[in-house]
Amino acid sequence: MAVPSRQVSTLIVLGSGGHTAEMLTLAAHLDKQHYSPRCYVVAATDRMGEAKANAAEACGRGVAEGQACVCKIPRSREVGQSYVSSVWTTLVALCAAFSVVFSQRPELVLVNGPGTCVPICLAALVYRLVLWRRCLLVYVESIARVDTLSLSGKILYRIADCTFVQWPQLQRKYPRTLCVGRLY
Amino acid sequence: MPPAVTRARSEGAAAAPAGGGGGTVLVTVGTTRFDALVRAVDDPAVAEALAASGFTELVIQVGAGEYRPQRLLPPDAPGRAGMAAGGLRVSWFEFLPSLAERMAAADLVISHAGSGSVFEALAASKALIAVPNAALMANHQAELAGALAGMRHCFTTPPERLLATLQRMDLSTLAPYPKGDPAAIVQEIDRLVGI
Repeated sequence: MAVPSRQVSTLIVLGSGGHTAEMLTLAAHLDKQHYSPRCYVVAATDRMGEAKANAAEACGRGVAEGQACVCKIPRSREVGQSYVSSVWTTLVALCAAFSVVFSQRPELVLVNGPGTCVPICLAALVYRLVLWRRCLLVYVESIARVDTLSLSGKILYRIADCTFVQWPQLQRKYPRTLCVGRLY
Repeated sequence: MPPAVTRARSEGAAAAPAGGGGGTVLVTVGTTRFDALVRAVDDPAVAEALAASGFTELVIQVGAGEYRPQRLLPPDAPGRAGMAAGGLRVSWFEFLPSLAERMAAADLVISHAGSGSVFEALAASKALIAVPNAALMANHQAELAGALAGMRHCFTTPPERLLATLQRMDLSTLAPYPKGDPAAIVQEIDRLVGI
């Protein structure tokens, strides 16, 4: 009898622009049999992110078959927004992040910044503390970071189960990171 | 009969134009704006330097910025194309749905130092000059461009030194870029997850 293959519910957080491109390059190499279902998390204002996630799932085929979905969460702060009003929008973003994590119940959360990925990471930490579930948090620092970790990299370095960097000189500065090569 | 000797571009990034055959230069600012770069390129001395290096065509993607080429070409040049100093063919546009075709046709890419454009050029084994956009400090473009230039995969320069870079550069000193492999990172994730 065939052993049922192990399925890992996966949250793939698309950070916009160059972050999205790097994350989808990584996601393209995941074995879709194992990493299923997949939920792509995009900012509500990031139209390109949703389109690119659908394209990555072969024109929505994975989406149609229920193995993949796209969840939108509001950004905690848009460029140029005042700090006072961003208190409120951060709370809204956090609530949305909790709702995504607690409904998708991921076993793996893949993030690569920017700061907009932090609410999802916080929600994932709370989720595994409260529900005592296995939930791995994996951060992949951008290929653009050669000598210094980004702000989200510095935050995630402390809380992620694994932080990948793409340049050996950066790994030497942060010994608990892993460097096994570049995405491009 | 053996085929005529052709230039094997993939052997190195030093894709200087074939003698007399001409070569194309692509300038790209990516999906954003980078007026300082377009302004630096829009200089008859740049056209002369490129022509002197054997290039015959200059294609400029100007993006969302406000500055439009006006010194290489009259601002109202029909078809946004024409002849510049040194007999260099010049054309420009704002955006295309995909730059892939233009990138493939280029022999030298002068690009903003965003990771998307930089690695697109390097993956295609193009000679590259990466120009960090100082207006985007948070992007750390100079960090990436500096590291790649240190390994001789490209040249890097601020916009104001572009002309001097073009006059001095020796494309044969560039080293091919070894492409990265996402599978190595995925393998490590497989191991962490227990697949």
